[in-house]
Amino acid sequence: MCPENAKQSFIKMKISKLVILSIICFLTISFNTASFAGEHGNVSVSETHKAAPAHGEGKEKLNAGKLIMDHIADSHDWHLWGHTSIPLPVIIYNGERGWTVFSSARFEHGHKAYQGYRLNEKRKIEAVNETTEMDAHAATINEALTAGSYDISITKNVVSIFITIAILLFVFISVARAYTNKRKGLAPTGLQNAIEPIIVFMRDEVIKASIGAKYEKYVPYLLTLFFFIWINNLLGLIPVFPGGANVTGNISVALVLAVLTFIITTVSGNKNYWQHIFAMPGVPKGVLVLLTPIEILGMFLRPFVLMIRLFANIAAGHTIALSFFCLIFIFGQESLYGTGGGIGVSPLSLVFTVFMSMLELLVAFLQAYVFTLLSSVYIGAAVEEHHHGDHH
Amino acid sequence: MELVKPEFGLVFWMTVSFLIVVFILRKFAWGPILSSLKERETSIEDALNAAKKAKDEVANMKAENEQLLKQARNERDMMLKEARDTKDAIVNEARAKAQTEADRMITIARETIQNEKMAAITELKNQVATLSIEIAEKVIRQQLASDEKQRALVNDLLKDVKLN
Repeated sequence: MCPENAKQSFIKMKISKLVILSIICFLTISFNTASFAGEHGNVSVSETHKAAPAHGEGKEKLNAGKLIMDHIADSHDWHLWGHTSIPLPVIIYNGERGWTVFSSARFEHGHKAYQGYRLNEKRKIEAVNETTEMDAHAATINEALTAGSYDISITKNVVSIFITIAILLFVFISVARAYTNKRKGLAPTGLQNAIEPIIVFMRDEVIKASIGAKYEKYVPYLLTLFFFIWINNLLGLIPVFPGGANVTGNISVALVLAVLTFIITTVSGNKNYWQHIFAMPGVPKGVLVLLTPIEILGMFLRPFVLMIRLFANIAAGHTIALSFFCLIFIFGQESLYGTGGGIGVSPLSLVFTVFMSMLELLVAFLQAYVFTLLSSVYIGAAVEEHHHGDHH
Repeated sequence: MELVKPEFGLVFWMTVSFLIVVFILRKFAWGPILSSLKERETSIEDALNAAKKAKDEVANMKAENEQLLKQARNERDMMLKEARDTKDAIVNEARAKAQTEADRMITIARETIQNEKMAAITELKNQVATLSIEIAEKVIRQQLASDEKQRALVNDLLKDVKLN
């Protein structure tokens, strides 16, 4: 490319970044003041909420922060609209009570304790002393048992992972069939045609380019990784079921992916890789004392950063998109500008939300790409053979 | 802080399901897809190589043909030249032969002509002698036809004779 062009696009990027940044700054400030204004009323809401579980009556004051956090976090049911949600299976194991499996509908959104478990205000499952069905707030927590319980419930995120997996399996197995059935050897068509360039791009430009000659072993993992993250990111952009879950923006998911990359990197590390970590060639002994701990730290830091990057980017995307939406309802509060305020702000909010969604579409691909690229680069560093033309 | 605390359940399901997906896709999707892609790429490469080879071959053949053509042309030129030389030689030889023949014939002719001429001359001489005798005989006969004329002649002749 011509350097003039590169410079121009760089400047353009800088400008657009500035614009985004200023918008975010503006909104954060306005959002903070708004939520601050709303907070005073909120305490009383939660108080009345506790006293009278029959919610939905009267005007609840909006707590945007809580709403967004509730969305970002995992949950034991899948909220569809209003008070309708899909209950999901709760699966708990502990040494004392063994396996306990029941529908999350039994909790009645945290109002009931069931079979000795309840949902706390963070919507996490707690073990309680009473094993009968009763009011959640009357039950007493069993700290020891809570700590010893393993909650492997099928949560919203788990269901979303399953949906992603179903899509992955359907898409790629049908694409694979297109290569092996009677159309074998012919020009690609349909879905195959859409997917093939992406696969070829990932294989040639990312995986092969980063890992080198021994790339083939790692292609299945890296391709699965890429498409898994991408499809999840895209599903996360769909506001209604079956999308909208914040899977890749959940630290647990990002953690698993990063740890897998770490394990693969560590297991594939050859002599050259370990030598560069523990005894960098061509470096004096005195400096090695300083350098080796840094290299060892770097070994763990790389997957850690991988995890944080994915998690933070996607979670932030969800947060910003929702924040823009919440603006309508924040401005629409009686204590602020009333319904008129809400209607007045909504076009602006809509524009921002659409803009953010567009940006998130790009981010969805970009994060999947970056995660796969960096994983490939780390694996590449681990399997790289010693270069004779030393240049450290 | 809740946000950055990994949850056991999700980690568990994520690990299990992701690994299963990797293995299923490796067996049923990535394997066939990648091997087919590779197969196609090698077949395309082979086809391209074959095309290149064919092209080279064609170029080689073309060069060969040109070579042959050039050789043929040279040969033709040489043959033409040879033919021309031969023709010239033949013509020259024929011309020389003809010349000598002509010369020889001319010589013979000339000799014959000479002989004929001599014979003719001799004949002519004889004829002239006979004719002269005949004429002389006739003249004399005429002049001596009468006695008078005989006398005149004798007189005439005697005029020149000096009677010494």
